[in-house]
Amino acid sequence: MDIVVCIKQVPDPEIPTSQFKVDEAARTVVPPPGVAPVISTFDLHAIEAAVQLKEQHGGKVTVISLGSSAVRDALKRAIAMGCDAAVQLEDAAFEGGDSFATAAALAAAIRKLDRFDLVLTGRQASDWDSGQVPSALAELLDVAGAVPVQKVEVRDGGLYVERVTEDGYQPITMPIPSVLGISNEINQPRYPTLKGIMASGKVPIPVWSAADLGLAPEQLGERGRRIILERLYVPVQESTCDFIEADTPQEAGEKLALRLREARLI
Amino acid sequence: MASGGVLVIAEPSEERLAPVTLEVLGAGRRLADALGVPLGVALLGQDVEGQAADLIARGADRVDLLADARLVPYQADTWVPVLADLVRETGASIVLLSHTQTGREFGTRLAFRLGTGIVTDCSDFRPGDSGRLVAIKPVFGGNAVAEYTVAGDGPQVASVRPKLLDPAPVVEGHQGEVVRRAVQLDDSAVRTKAGARVRSAESAGPDLENAQRVVAGGRGVGGPENWHLLDELAETIGAAVGASRAAVDAGWVPGPLQVGLTGAKISPQLYIAIGISGAVQHMAGCTGARTIVAINRDPEANIFRHAHIGVVGNVKDVLPALTRKAAELTGH
Repeated sequence: MDIVVCIKQVPDPEIPTSQFKVDEAARTVVPPPGVAPVISTFDLHAIEAAVQLKEQHGGKVTVISLGSSAVRDALKRAIAMGCDAAVQLEDAAFEGGDSFATAAALAAAIRKLDRFDLVLTGRQASDWDSGQVPSALAELLDVAGAVPVQKVEVRDGGLYVERVTEDGYQPITMPIPSVLGISNEINQPRYPTLKGIMASGKVPIPVWSAADLGLAPEQLGERGRRIILERLYVPVQESTCDFIEADTPQEAGEKLALRLREARLI
Repeated sequence: MASGGVLVIAEPSEERLAPVTLEVLGAGRRLADALGVPLGVALLGQDVEGQAADLIARGADRVDLLADARLVPYQADTWVPVLADLVRETGASIVLLSHTQTGREFGTRLAFRLGTGIVTDCSDFRPGDSGRLVAIKPVFGGNAVAEYTVAGDGPQVASVRPKLLDPAPVVEGHQGEVVRRAVQLDDSAVRTKAGARVRSAESAGPDLENAQRVVAGGRGVGGPENWHLLDELAETIGAAVGASRAAVDAGWVPGPLQVGLTGAKISPQLYIAIGISGAVQHMAGCTGARTIVAINRDPEANIFRHAHIGVVGNVKDVLPALTRKAAELTGH
């Protein structure tokens, strides 16, 4: 089973909100100084799902990420977790893209690989939170897709998949190849082993440009966007926090109860 | 640009109209009125005709009924081609749907199949220049707000975050028509075989996500031995119990209790965050809460930036007094 995992590097979502800043004029997020970006949470679950499928059924896992040289750290971590190969997509033409432009580059890279049985991504990234890439890849590669996925098994030459719903799940029988957007319910991502970390330094990570993928610049990045970011801002807090004044914590607790009762919240 | 009207896609639901559909219908009605265009609703399923009257009573000018056994249960491979044909036939210029687990799947695929773009998980909309839709959504766990438009001349597709907007009210005397449309489906293009939805008995998520009051604890609770203080408060005020990722990772409470990016998305009237610092990923789960109360020992904790009412103090001291007084006031 040859599996491709597409991952994204994002600002660490565990940072306190006070460190979060945006540049309104440039419509971008200012990365907090000294905090290293991380692999988006759901993508770690996608890597783990791919490695588990490989351990059960053999084959190869290739991980792909689009971004500057910083994403090589993310790709190395994926190899250390058990992936076999990695590709970095880097080109000035990729910059400023939306989910569509990103999916177009990823789909072209997947096509350039020899073959694939399964493409896994996280259900959504923890930054822009749009969750479009797995469904977009299914459309662009013209294969079946499902998102968000909490279980995947190989059965009778195809796949048994459970798609998360609000009150449970929906079982789906799917063919190979398919694209799945992986949800966090599926597994607990492993930590890289020391052996894995050592191995990750030895795996070459090729860099593919837009020209390598045979893509024209107008399909990519800022020019390939299908949705336009008109404004980005930090919302003004409607109410600043009203602190309860009290001499003792017990008194504060009682005053809070009174406040909540007066506001008919309890 | 908006001459083709607004089309709302009803959430797959055989038994009755899904509450989230009414929320999208309300947003669709407001946009249709602002732009002076008609509002249609795409109703797909098998025995769903009975839902049409309620949609019209609540503001739909037209219900496009696509009844076919092959559309039940929902799967992307049957819904997306049928919806794409409908959008082309009706010439809709704005397409709205709910950002449920199901809507997130078919919404994106529909937009890509139509060769257009989609803005997902929107919290609000406003009409922009020349009939364009401006779609507003929280990003980076609610720490920033982004406003998007869809590029090009294709339909503008957007999905609406559930449980944020008010459902469409009944409009006295509102009239509309039901248009029965034939379902054209190429069975060879249906690659998947979906089964009926299975309800998970052990899932604590829905209760938490639907609760009007939520009490959640984090690292500041101090340990599992103090968790009964939260349970007692929750029981007294009729609240569901949640937790931050820190409390779940520490093994104090089971995973389904987690509120945040990778856990439950809650939108209660009252959210009491106890000993929770308020990291980006936690706040992503409670942006829909109306009133946030924070109890934390650290006056500099980030949670106070989001809270409406704050108490600085040790959880072990504040909670028993809060619970006792609340019981006295509410008679529980």
